[in-house]
Amino acid sequence: MADETTPVAAAPAPPPAAKSAPGKPTEKAKVVAPAFREYPTIPALKIDSMVESNPYVAAAVHNESVGFPGTLVEGWEQKAVAKMGELLGKYRSLKVYMDSCVHCGACTDKCHYFIGTGDPKNMPVARQDLMRSVYRRYYTLPGKLFPKLVGARDMTKDVLDDWFRYYNQCSECRRCSVFCPYGIDTAEVTMAAKEIMHSVGLGHKYVNEIIGKVHKIGNNLGLPGPALENTLEGLEEDVLEETGAAVKYPLDVKGAEVLLVTPSADFFAEPHVDSLIGYGKVFHAAGISWTLSSKASEAGNFGMFIGNYEQMQKIAMRVREAALELGVKRIVVGECGHAWRVAYAFWNTLTGIGAGANDPFAIQLQKQLDPNYKQPSHICEVTWDLIQQGRLKFNKEANDHRIVTFHDSCNVARGSRMGDYAGGQFDIPRNIIRAVANHYVDMSEATTREKTFCCGGGGGLLTDELLDLRVKGALPRMEALNRIVQDNGVNFMATICAICKAQFTKVLPYYGFKMSMVGGVHQLVSTAIVLNNEQ
Amino acid sequence: MSLFFAILFYIATLILAGGVAYRVYDYARTPAPLKIPTTPAPTTSGGVAFRMFREVVFFESLFKSNLWIWALGWLFHVGLALVLLRHLRYFTEPVNFIIAFIQPFGMYAGFAMATGLAGLWARRFLVERIRYISTPSDHLMLALLLGIAVTGLLMKFVMHTDIVAVKSFFLGLMVFEINPLPAHPGLYLHLGMVVLLMIIFPVSKLLHAPGLFFSPTRNQVDNPRETRHLAPWAAKFEAKN
Repeated sequence: MADETTPVAAAPAPPPAAKSAPGKPTEKAKVVAPAFREYPTIPALKIDSMVESNPYVAAAVHNESVGFPGTLVEGWEQKAVAKMGELLGKYRSLKVYMDSCVHCGACTDKCHYFIGTGDPKNMPVARQDLMRSVYRRYYTLPGKLFPKLVGARDMTKDVLDDWFRYYNQCSECRRCSVFCPYGIDTAEVTMAAKEIMHSVGLGHKYVNEIIGKVHKIGNNLGLPGPALENTLEGLEEDVLEETGAAVKYPLDVKGAEVLLVTPSADFFAEPHVDSLIGYGKVFHAAGISWTLSSKASEAGNFGMFIGNYEQMQKIAMRVREAALELGVKRIVVGECGHAWRVAYAFWNTLTGIGAGANDPFAIQLQKQLDPNYKQPSHICEVTWDLIQQGRLKFNKEANDHRIVTFHDSCNVARGSRMGDYAGGQFDIPRNIIRAVANHYVDMSEATTREKTFCCGGGGGLLTDELLDLRVKGALPRMEALNRIVQDNGVNFMATICAICKAQFTKVLPYYGFKMSMVGGVHQLVSTAIVLNNEQ
Repeated sequence: MSLFFAILFYIATLILAGGVAYRVYDYARTPAPLKIPTTPAPTTSGGVAFRMFREVVFFESLFKSNLWIWALGWLFHVGLALVLLRHLRYFTEPVNFIIAFIQPFGMYAGFAMATGLAGLWARRFLVERIRYISTPSDHLMLALLLGIAVTGLLMKFVMHTDIVAVKSFFLGLMVFEINPLPAHPGLYLHLGMVVLLMIIFPVSKLLHAPGLFFSPTRNQVDNPRETRHLAPWAAKFEAKN
């Protein structure tokens, strides 16, 4: 598949002229992959090295379609400070994290963007301080009295410009929160900063355009129902031809047992679609009736990236409505990292998809869903359960041309769980891979499980104007991969995230790897699964 | 001078207790609308209590993060804890046997505390990344703590003060009697810095102490699929849907 058409990334269309542009679109920035380091040392600071990394500012139409002011509003300074006050009252995380940092420096070398760029403002603490300095100025006594002493700053255009640059250099991957002695989560700060910027009319084009598409068409890619139906029919034909099995990829089937909600990239992006094929084969082999929904044809929820509760809820509500309309008993989520965090950790709160409710809104749905299954379930949980029950058969040799490793996606690793015990999210995908392939190697433990490095494209940064940042941010993952490529001949990196897949497809070649090295866990399942061909 | 310090201590105590109590109340009343524990996280509240215990007592996350900061930070905090416990002997009569037992350790814990502080301060100059993030207040805070430790150690080991009189001063304060404080420059310095620390505690980064207990990434149970978690302000959106 052609490099330029990685579909989840924004098309490289010329950016709309932005009047009050803090981040003026730069000319096609030079994209440079850093060299692999022999020993991963902590980089020396390169002050302002990423100051030119400017995301495209959303045009008025995109901001307004999501309910934000079109352009930077009059009196934005006071409004931004007031919005900060509102969020401090709504989010304990933000309030506690603004107060608690002691500048110990434990997080300073933990961010992949800092490692890849050396820009000190990409150190988690410095990124937080972009907001904390303003918080101290307006919301603490020492900051009001002695701003210089405590590093407090007025909310000025320069500060806002730095916010727009550097909060759009955070993929909200939460790696820093693992290492902070107080659990300070920079993602919470980044989300709050984005929420504040949106509230005064400064949005990121890529993200707001996508949220607009979800509301208007039903998915991030803007794929309308008839096109979706066509695509799925095509898949059925392909699978029939290849395997001789009449595997179905059903859409909007009322009364199906399972509603599958998956990132829309799965419908036609490479390598994503191979995992979608895999999900269908699993349901087929296990004899489980399932359906996709044209209304909820997107698991992704970019509302989380901009820290906007209402948007996140509005996007999630499509899934609740689809489940009620279709009368399904189970809701299953496909391979998508941030979507799984939203589904696992937030859906019960946002939409009542889950258990343990005592209010009518949530009970309405919860009494429809089958309590014998976790709601929602991850597709990997479904597949692993079936494997353990002996309901799936595999020809593992079919994957013998692959030496496989697994990249833990940040939102799955540090923001969710699978199965019944803490850490199931690490074991279940690996268990599946070992059940369907003979050759498996883990990457360095400093870069896997909860210490995993972000792919470099998460958090709403998967857009072409940020390619240089994305390539540099991938450095630590690429180094860990390179080691096992050299030592063990690994030639396939499996992952369960649409953004990881799109990001690596684009970024791998900059480091001298083939873009086809990355793929889904269910792509491996799809290769090895034995189907009953007589149906 | 005795009256001056007596008033200072009354004011500082009020600010410290009132300020921290207000902060804790403020943290407690602010909702955490979403489940955001950093996973893998405990799935039971007993597990969360154990996770918190490990963070508070052993600085577990910091240990995973950076051994230098952990070693120096832990040395300082454990030293400080022992020193504080030892100082309870100046506020109680008779002295509890546990406090009496700690006495010999507490004396030398002052050195551990000062060593840890000096190491942490050195990092602020020597490590480029930490130099970059340090504000003047970060340096002053360390200077203040180190000053308290050093003046305390000086009085213990070099230029003794009339400690019996000091004790009688503080026992007196607790029943609103002002007994004479020994005229001793080291003591004045020591107590003055302690008062300053008490006053800035509720408006500074020292709030990390109560803050840790309210950190949602550390204190939440990982059970979002099993229990519905809804903040009052977020529940209002449901009426619209």
